[in-house]
Amino acid sequence: MKYVDDFRRKDIAGSLAARIAEAVDPARDYAFMEFCGGHTHAIFRYGVQDLMPPNLRFVHGPGCPVCVLPIPRIDNAIEMAERHGVILCTYGDMMRVPASKRRSLIRAKADGADIRMIYSTGDALQVARDNPGREVVFLAIGFETTTPPTAVAIRQARAEGLGNFSVFCNHVLTPAAIQHILQSPELREMGQVRIDGFLGPSHVSSIIGSAPYEYFAEEFQKPVVIAGFEPLDVMQATLMLIRQVNEGRFEVENEYTRVVTEQGNLKAQALVSEVFELRSSFEWRGLGEVPYSALRIRDEFADFDAERRFALTGSRGRDVKGCECPAILRGVKKPTDCKLFGTVCTPDNPQGSCMVSSEGSCAAYWSYGRFRIDKARAEAREAAA
Amino acid sequence: MNAHKRFPTRLNLRTGRVDITHGAGGRAMAQLVEELFVRHFDNELLRRMDDQAAFAVEGGRMVMATDGHVVSPLFFPGGDIGSLAVHGTINDVAMSGARPLYLSAGFILEEGFPLADLERIVKSMARAAAAAGVPVVTGDTKVVERGKGDGVFITTTGLGVVPPGLEISGANARPGDAVLVSGHLGDHGVAIMSRRENLEFETEIVSDSAALHGLVARMVAEVPEIRVLRDPTRGGLAATLNEIARASGVGMRLDEDAIPIRPEVEAACELLGLDPLYVANEGKLVAICPQGRAEALLAVMRAHDLGRDAAIIGEVTDDEMGFVTMETGFGGTRIVDWLAGEQLPRIC
Repeated sequence: MKYVDDFRRKDIAGSLAARIAEAVDPARDYAFMEFCGGHTHAIFRYGVQDLMPPNLRFVHGPGCPVCVLPIPRIDNAIEMAERHGVILCTYGDMMRVPASKRRSLIRAKADGADIRMIYSTGDALQVARDNPGREVVFLAIGFETTTPPTAVAIRQARAEGLGNFSVFCNHVLTPAAIQHILQSPELREMGQVRIDGFLGPSHVSSIIGSAPYEYFAEEFQKPVVIAGFEPLDVMQATLMLIRQVNEGRFEVENEYTRVVTEQGNLKAQALVSEVFELRSSFEWRGLGEVPYSALRIRDEFADFDAERRFALTGSRGRDVKGCECPAILRGVKKPTDCKLFGTVCTPDNPQGSCMVSSEGSCAAYWSYGRFRIDKARAEAREAAA
Repeated sequence: MNAHKRFPTRLNLRTGRVDITHGAGGRAMAQLVEELFVRHFDNELLRRMDDQAAFAVEGGRMVMATDGHVVSPLFFPGGDIGSLAVHGTINDVAMSGARPLYLSAGFILEEGFPLADLERIVKSMARAAAAAGVPVVTGDTKVVERGKGDGVFITTTGLGVVPPGLEISGANARPGDAVLVSGHLGDHGVAIMSRRENLEFETEIVSDSAALHGLVARMVAEVPEIRVLRDPTRGGLAATLNEIARASGVGMRLDEDAIPIRPEVEAACELLGLDPLYVANEGKLVAICPQGRAEALLAVMRAHDLGRDAAIIGEVTDDEMGFVTMETGFGGTRIVDWLAGEQLPRIC
């Protein structure tokens, strides 16, 4: 695979690892949060942590779109399918996310709800065209990257007069979430988490540009380096973060210049603001209510808003007892700190959302890095004996 | 037997469809069996039209394997459900080192299924069975109402005899053994996905669907010390190696750079967010043998048409946890875990 392979080369990884080892100050630790699940996945999939010096660790952030959707929203989606009899269309990742009462979309489907896995918003529109006598709802989730295609679908539905199509909008915003983490008491007051800098989102930044991060780099004095999703991107950006920390700088730098510009994709931004507006507050799994962190459909497109079309009961769904997803999503705990991890909670039987998507930190720990954990536990047992 | 005399009109294989009478045990079913199944699968045992096939076998250890086929779409680049149903079961029999002898086939047809498609499938099965030298000697047909099946489901069962001196089982891997694969991985799964509704994409990849007993016969003749043979179908190489690791109580260590994957397969997986190690194969095998015999085994595999791109991809390790780990092409280490749920395209 020309082009992609260039960003996965072992020889370059080796020389970058050597430069990182040289750059780190042995007298201190480094903790960098990668916000995006895409980075978490790359770090585990390619074993990037193995190439890092022992005093550098990655703190896995909340940037996994299925992980941050709170249980009540999934309950709402199931309610639309079951009580209102709609055809619910969604991306595959959502299917296994746990909802209330041990349910999930995949279980609701087995129980008879008409829930369909699709690959694009275009597929959802097609389902609506093919089923004129049925209500078709697209369960829209994701950060800034997946928002423009939803905007396109809503505009297209209006242009075609597809009256049976609507969108259950759960699109969320990255900068608001990063800011919320930086303002959290664990970070500011209690000193439970130390974050020395951020690996900035890659695909998200291709839409919003690098400018939106300027504010909190300065306000919170934390460096941000926007990084691509390939493992060499992660390593190069990490080296740039180390240098900023060592030099006492806190700037927004862009490692991913082959895609991300300062202003981002203006056409996509215009499309999004035509169809969506800010919600004053939105609940995130793990972060709780975060002000101005999500989008809703504008009044002009109210006809296509599933939340206004269907009466929904307020679900009070809560996370499974003992599940540490909320703390893990904030970077306060590691997956291995959770009692459920690897015991009752595995990717085959996820109790919390972090174990569902391959981008969730629990699933990544379990699927790619478990041998380290078990070896460490075995060694600890031997040492104790 | 003359079909023209027994039935007033011939089966309409051009525009006709399966209907409930084709499974009802009456004349319509008899006609379907005679004019379609017996005609194409034609062999002496089947022609007797008994409820079973009776045959004598040479002495030795017999093996038996069964496999249900529910593939969608029914026709895909490089094969169809018919050829797959023959190859899949022959391979399951062959993975014991056995020589496959006979097949049975059970068809579950959905009312309304075009007879032309059914004939195409049966012809393809017949061709695959003839090429493999393993006849379909008995069978069964049922028809389910419209909406209660997905066109056609086929279950095949195979019988074979293991040559003396072989002891091949998934539980036999030992630390230090070499792990080999017979060729490029992921071709079948990608070919199928390229034709799935909502996901169609242009690719020149065709399914690797093939009967592997010829390759296996050469391998066991040259290296009878082979400990494990397995075909990495559903769940791909990852699932197969984890099954073996668990059954044998060992771990494995793979070298990502040594695993043969076509660039086109890698690119399709990259695009869809899939990992080729989890994608299905239908004409590949995994072999485990003592390290000292690995080069000899590799040579005999590469000398066969279906093993031309064979490679040694790793070794069996002493690991009570049973982890299959992989040195990544990037220089790190990771687990190659069981597949959880279904592989899904990533969204972000």
